Amino acid sequence: MQVYRWTLTMALSIVHRATGIALYVGTLLLAWWLIAAASGPAAYAHVQAFTGSIIGRLIVFGYTWALMHHMLSGIRHFVWDLGYGFKANEREALTWGAAIGGIALTVLIWIIAYAIGGGR
Amino acid sequence: MVEFALPKNSKITGGKTWPKPAGATELREFKVYRWNPDDGKNPSVDTYYVDTNDCGPMVLDGLIWIKNHIDPSLTFRRSCREGVCGSCAMNIDGQNTLACTRSMHDVKDGAVKINPLPHQPVVKDLVPDLTNFYAQYASVEPWLKTTSPTPQKEWRQSHEDREKLDGLYECILCACCSTSCPSYWWNSERYLGPAALLQANRWVSDSRDEATGERLDNLEDPFRLYRCHTIMNCAKACPKGLNPAEAIAELKLKMVERQI
Repeated sequence: MQVYRWTLTMALSIVHRATGIALYVGTLLLAWWLIAAASGPAAYAHVQAFTGSIIGRLIVFGYTWALMHHMLSGIRHFVWDLGYGFKANEREALTWGAAIGGIALTVLIWIIAYAIGGGR
Repeated sequence: MVEFALPKNSKITGGKTWPKPAGATELREFKVYRWNPDDGKNPSVDTYYVDTNDCGPMVLDGLIWIKNHIDPSLTFRRSCREGVCGSCAMNIDGQNTLACTRSMHDVKDGAVKINPLPHQPVVKDLVPDLTNFYAQYASVEPWLKTTSPTPQKEWRQSHEDREKLDGLYECILCACCSTSCPSYWWNSERYLGPAALLQANRWVSDSRDEATGERLDNLEDPFRLYRCHTIMNCAKACPKGLNPAEAIAELKLKMVERQI
């Protein structure tokens, strides 16, 4: 295995799986936030303090990226499952699209979030 | 099983650097995987210098030159030397391909690094044991199966139906694709791999074959077909420019289509 040179599609395949796993963990955070919101202001403030901290923000940022990347990569897999996009240039383009699009969307969402004052 | 590292007795240790040929002006460095089942040692990577002025342009030419001029013990398979037989499939510069159709000038920067096809048992040096691979090919029953009475002459096929086999029948079973596939690395006992599945699709797509349902039934299994995760290494590796990934996607589609 160590001798095989990494290919783009190979790397993105494993990233797709990694982001999928990350989403499970991220969803736990989301659940924590919702449960806290339901159980009262004190618990909610506790969660807000965590997600407002630098580490918390990094985690939420990572979760956003995992979600966006997994979504676009999922669309890529959907196109392939329908039997399209198998030519060499098409599959490279789809894969680059998912990789760059995922990062771009994440940054965009955070810019918008800060712009409408979510960052306080 | 997922294996990221090599087992202890397969760890690559050291290797011999063979002397440069005397009087040669243009040299190309070759780093070649060596393993001898008889000496009880771990595998190693030997370094050779090939006189490119005295040698053909392909990687296979280089290997034959080494065998003739430097080290007769170097072991590899080869036959047609023109990409028809699939014997000289190996991992060159990190990608599976045929040594006879890969030019050593296309291998950029530094040494030409040659390893046997990944994740297969090694018989010796660059010769992998492909028993499992061939058994999987046999398991797709690669022959015409019919139930209707045999016609007086040949089984007829229209030009359009014949065209459906283009991109499938050309496969030479060199195993470059299957052994480039991470899914196949981890699950080669249960996942059929790109080559066998492309062949399965070749027979499923054949208008004369009357066992399509049976063939698809045989693939209806979480491992045999569905371990393909469209990683696409197979399509990138195929030295004949075929697309096993696409053939597998067609098989998956046919699985769904017959249920509606």
